[in-house]
Amino acid sequence: MESLSNKRKLIESKPLNFWERAYLPAIASGLATTMKHFFRKPVTISYPEEKREFSENFRGLHSLKRDENGKERCTACGLCALSCPAEAITMIAAERQKGEEHLYREEKYAAVYEINMLRCIFCGLCEEACPKEAIYLDGDIVPADYLRKDFIYGKDKLVEAPLNQ
Amino acid sequence: MESFDIIFKCALVVVIFLISLVVAMYSTYAERKIAAFFQDRIGPNRAGPWGILQPLCDGAKMFLKEEIIPTNASSFLFIAGPSLAILTACLGSAVIPWGQSIVIGGHIVDLQVTDINVGILYIFGVVSLGVYGVMIGGWASNNKYSLLGAIRAASQNISYEISMGLSIIALLMLTGTLSLKEIVAQQHGWHWNVLTQPLGFLLFIVCAFAETNRTPFDLPECETELVGGYHTEYSSMKLGFYLFAEYINMFISSAVMVTLYWGGYNYPGMDWVLAHTGPTLGPLIGVAVMFAKIFLFIFFFMWVRWTIPRFRYDQLMDLGWKVLIPLAIANIVLTAVFSSYIAPLIVSLFK
Repeated sequence: MESLSNKRKLIESKPLNFWERAYLPAIASGLATTMKHFFRKPVTISYPEEKREFSENFRGLHSLKRDENGKERCTACGLCALSCPAEAITMIAAERQKGEEHLYREEKYAAVYEINMLRCIFCGLCEEACPKEAIYLDGDIVPADYLRKDFIYGKDKLVEAPLNQ
Repeated sequence: MESFDIIFKCALVVVIFLISLVVAMYSTYAERKIAAFFQDRIGPNRAGPWGILQPLCDGAKMFLKEEIIPTNASSFLFIAGPSLAILTACLGSAVIPWGQSIVIGGHIVDLQVTDINVGILYIFGVVSLGVYGVMIGGWASNNKYSLLGAIRAASQNISYEISMGLSIIALLMLTGTLSLKEIVAQQHGWHWNVLTQPLGFLLFIVCAFAETNRTPFDLPECETELVGGYHTEYSSMKLGFYLFAEYINMFISSAVMVTLYWGGYNYPGMDWVLAHTGPTLGPLIGVAVMFAKIFLFIFFFMWVRWTIPRFRYDQLMDLGWKVLIPLAIANIVLTAVFSSYIAPLIVSLFK
């Protein structure tokens, strides 16, 4: 059949000639190839000390954002938990008391906000669902740990550092 | 024999033993590091600066691992196997001349443990004993894979010993002596035997790869088919001894190749250096040159390991019996014809 793409190559297997059967030239060229690699820069990144550069839209560890006055944005509406396909997010809402206005932006806030990092698939749907721009997956890789319970991240690990710090 | 000589020989034995162990130890590190460089990686770099404490960690790990002797194994032979392997690996270093005669405190001494007049035969004897360690270990394990690995090792070593011996015969026809000291002394300056015996050297190095069970001849221990081969059942330092013996063998066979073909401690311009540095420092430079050559060979062993895939078993036997042995015999005939007819002819032409 006629080749339309013109990419087809006819491969003919000729019997090996003397030098090919002697193997030594082939071995020498193989040695030359490996020697080329010997002087090449290693591709390894020594991970904990040195980190690979992520793309701009990399989705890593979640962070709960604060607004420009340092108040927590989250109002515990639960849309993120609802949108989460892995059911990794859970929260308990609470009412803002008098004197807490500098901590929480609106009258309702999340007293407990937990994400199970073993369940999370880092799809970013919580980020998209959030109407208050309170959660972003802009962090690093989730670090390793020994116990399952230590992978349930609470507010202590998720909320951004206060502004004055 | 003076007491100084006896003390010096004892010290030399200890030093050479230590050097072979340290070189073998750091060969494991070099192997991993060089493998990494060939594969565009970094290699072990966590234990100490650049990972140079890695062999010590590996050694400590080997000693601390649980020691298992299988119930149905013959326990005496099971222990004798690795002991024999490492013993025979260390024995070979006794006859290798590491340097010229050296003057220490007014005494002239040789940098060689013993100069027996059948040095090469001794090396061959020790090398052929090496297969017993593997064979006994594989057989005593009472395990199919171990036995298969041991049988492969035995048949491989026996096949390649023949062509190794034949490739040496051509060399001996030129040197006229079996003493390693004299063979090295004949290669003074740049008159290295590899220049007159290139084919012999090629045969010898291929056989050396086979004798040390290095890739592409590492069939006795191929993980893919034999789950480790003859040392499948071994654990702890007994396994360590087997692995260690391989590296010592590599060091000793590199030393033998350097001694026989690459001029040992000789290097071009050595007379000039010797005249300018004195009778103590000069020979030590020769020793350094010898070790540099040995390390180049060890590097070559590793370079080949990370380049060439393993032979299939029938290819291995084909190469040994149908290629190397006829070539070695042809080399003997060529050498004989050349040295007894052609060389005198050329000499008479130039007179």
